Amino acid sequence: MKMKMRIAVLVCALALGSLVDTPLTQLSLIQGSVVQAAGPSGKKDATSSPVVPSYDADAMRVQGEQRYRANCGRCHAAPRKFPPRMMATVLRHMRVRATITDEDMRLVLFYMTQ
Amino acid sequence: MLGLVAAQSPDTEKPVPILTGTAGYFNFVTAGQNQIDEQINPVLLLPLGDRWLVEGRMECEGAFQRPAGGGPYGGEVSKNLDYLQADYIANPYVTVTLGRFLTPFGIFNERLYPIWIRSLQQDPLILPLSAESSDGMMLRGGFPVAAGTKANLNYAVYVSAVSTDHNNLQSDRNVGGRIGVFLPGPRVEVGASWQKLLQDERSNAFGFHFAWQPARLPLNVHSEYARSNQGSGYWIDGAYRLSQVRFWQKAMRHTEFAGRAEQFFSGSIGADEAAALGLQPASTREGEFGLNYYLKDGLKAVASYGRQFSSAGNLNLWTVGIAYRFLIPLGRAQ
Repeated sequence: MKMKMRIAVLVCALALGSLVDTPLTQLSLIQGSVVQAAGPSGKKDATSSPVVPSYDADAMRVQGEQRYRANCGRCHAAPRKFPPRMMATVLRHMRVRATITDEDMRLVLFYMTQ
Repeated sequence: MLGLVAAQSPDTEKPVPILTGTAGYFNFVTAGQNQIDEQINPVLLLPLGDRWLVEGRMECEGAFQRPAGGGPYGGEVSKNLDYLQADYIANPYVTVTLGRFLTPFGIFNERLYPIWIRSLQQDPLILPLSAESSDGMMLRGGFPVAAGTKANLNYAVYVSAVSTDHNNLQSDRNVGGRIGVFLPGPRVEVGASWQKLLQDERSNAFGFHFAWQPARLPLNVHSEYARSNQGSGYWIDGAYRLSQVRFWQKAMRHTEFAGRAEQFFSGSIGADEAAALGLQPASTREGEFGLNYYLKDGLKAVASYGRQFSSAGNLNLWTVGIAYRFLIPLGRAQ
């Protein structure tokens, strides 16, 4: 019985995972009205939030800083900025560790790599 | 805007493997007995492709003190694998984790444990009430649940399938989960945790956590409550950065005042079993305050004093030391 439950959980997780095929690292915040983010193949990017509000560059920086202070400051003193490829790794780690939302992670990554 | 997208293209953002972690040197003086604590806790972050992250942390800690009759310092060096996990970011809502992971019970064990993060270096008294590491599978994630990102929900559910004491890889068979709501406006997070042991007495443990970081003050408040058959208790701590103080601003903005109040209530287990688990042998109250000075990013000097009250005896706790966080790219970082 327990094994069946574990298998069911695993199947559900893999089914959710199979929805995706687009790189996480692709920025999905696109100027315009509220949009569905799209990957290079034109398929819906399931790694981004279903509905992503759009921002221009300045607004993205402001939003990114706000999310950075709200999310990162919850646990530790604000670290300095690191090079973009390091920030991408750190943010992926923190997304998992601190259960940061996908949108917050993208905006914080944008802010921290400007 | 296209330029912005290009600036964030997968090529320039391709994550690089990182060796990070902490190193620290502390003197813990407990009831007049000095203990030298040296530790290095390397963390490896290995991103694979667009959705995978393999990460692990070792904890190597040497605790040395003089024997009762005098003589040179001696002691053991312990090596523990805190976690070694593969994370698969399936979608915005679910990350699948396999391997050995930090048990998501409360917030201290997962988020506040590293020595460069914690505001006071002593562990909370209730930390051993839940398993620190688990071996199995976990689903977790965070996503907005209200329009305008007014509230974010985060969750973690897990099954630990391995029971072992082998080579500092302690783990129990258990299931559990944690759920939390974070309100970005007031910067408040509240949540609850549950864990059921699937071996021995098959006991339950549950807890609540709270975090608050007011926008107008450089203040961080964290708190936890936990209860199991082994005991119960709470802690609340606050860390206030003195950046708003108007004198000696150059030094004050690097200085943090921290305090913690906590209480532990003995459970239905004996004193020896409690001690083996790392719990206090009797109900205990403790207050502690300290100063942290940030010499630079990731490097801080710490000093604190605490007083513990217990039927087993009252004692003083002094801590002086230094904590450092390092971060080294294992490849081209730019």
